[in-house]
Amino acid sequence: MEKKIRVLVAKPGLDGHDRGAKVVARALRDAGMEVIYTGLHQTPEMIVNTAIQEDVDVIGLSLLSGAHMTLFRDVTDILKKNNMEDVLVVGGGIIPESDMPALKESGITGVFGPGTPLEDIIRFIKENVKG
Amino acid sequence: MTDLAGRVLKGETRAIARMITLAENDAPDAAELMSKLHQSSGRAQIIGITGVMGAGKSTLISEIALEYRRRGMTVGIVAIDPTSPFSGGALLGDRIRMMEITTDPEIFIRSMGTRGMLGGLASAVYDVVEILDAAGKDIVIVETVGVGQAEVDIIKIADTTMVVLVPGLGDSIQAIKAGLMEIADIYVVNKADHPGFERTMAEIGSLVDLTVSAGGKRTPVLGAVAIESRGITEIVDEIEKHHSELEISGEMAEHRRRRYQAELVEIIRKRLMNLIFDEAVFKGKVEGLLDRIQDREIDPYSAAEEILSRVLK
Repeated sequence: MEKKIRVLVAKPGLDGHDRGAKVVARALRDAGMEVIYTGLHQTPEMIVNTAIQEDVDVIGLSLLSGAHMTLFRDVTDILKKNNMEDVLVVGGGIIPESDMPALKESGITGVFGPGTPLEDIIRFIKENVKG
Repeated sequence: MTDLAGRVLKGETRAIARMITLAENDAPDAAELMSKLHQSSGRAQIIGITGVMGAGKSTLISEIALEYRRRGMTVGIVAIDPTSPFSGGALLGDRIRMMEITTDPEIFIRSMGTRGMLGGLASAVYDVVEILDAAGKDIVIVETVGVGQAEVDIIKIADTTMVVLVPGLGDSIQAIKAGLMEIADIYVVNKADHPGFERTMAEIGSLVDLTVSAGGKRTPVLGAVAIESRGITEIVDEIEKHHSELEISGEMAEHRRRRYQAELVEIIRKRLMNLIFDEAVFKGKVEGLLDRIQDREIDPYSAAEEILSRVLK
């Protein structure tokens, strides 16, 4: 059987807006990926724990509350502590242009703002996922 | 990657997770690694949980896992959701209801897509159960996809099979009688605080009476409100009771044998299908036969015979 891309779609923090995460989760499923969706209010530790157990290739973080600079980076910090730099991390939500370079610097390889076509996200993941 | 099997046997979470991925993908070295694990398996108690969609299986499993942790046991959970036959993708959402147990290092949860297998299970589920078993989990819980009538394969894996129902199914209990209602070792009616609970209990009770008067064992029927943690200790007590009955009566060995048979059949099925439909040797042959079937030169039975006689040579 061919290797399937496994993606964890997670919402860190207290933001309760999950429509976007669910739309992305469905799109990734329809693109042939196995998508693990964990629901709202995840701590960075819970996200990394789940990523380890599910052995995912990709983590997709969604946050609309404005706390991305803290919470996204907490996730990548914990990943680094666990030597899990081989996991591709992407993020989406209401993220100002000015924050994007710093996020990319901290290991959020792809950052997608509102209005990003779903195909762009799918293509980005397929092209950047590590063996 | 060094000594992955050894690390699984030590119970290392990362190693368990990676080993499961290799088994799911039918990776080249998976079979060899699995054979190293087999010698150390056979110790875990395997619980199967099945039932209709939306019955609260995941929430119930989360509560059962917590109860086993209170009793000092370690737990592995395999949660299966359907793979889309069109895209090959899957949305695996069982963890949403298991948030409370996500950070317990002694509970390992893995979500799986069915990847083309029917019967409510995933093709690699036998491997995953064996991996968690060999890794030292005392209890392994398998959650099937939300099932209808025919998805009863869980009994091939589980020592104890629990069927979860909810009030208000009404006449549909009649409909599922033929499949689901024949496999339960324990019935749980979840959402016992919903209207119609008494009636559902009575309906299942009368089904159980029928099997008893036909000379069968009386299958226990329990109520629960999983979301409020009500009825959970009773369920776990009942699972434990069933488990010790199996050991005393010697049925456990029979169960295990049934599981290995199912696993063997599944491995052979997978290998044969790959050989016939994926390997270059047969691929051209199969395409040619399909052409001839379409042109009415040969019928499907004779074509199958032709392929099989080649395989068996």
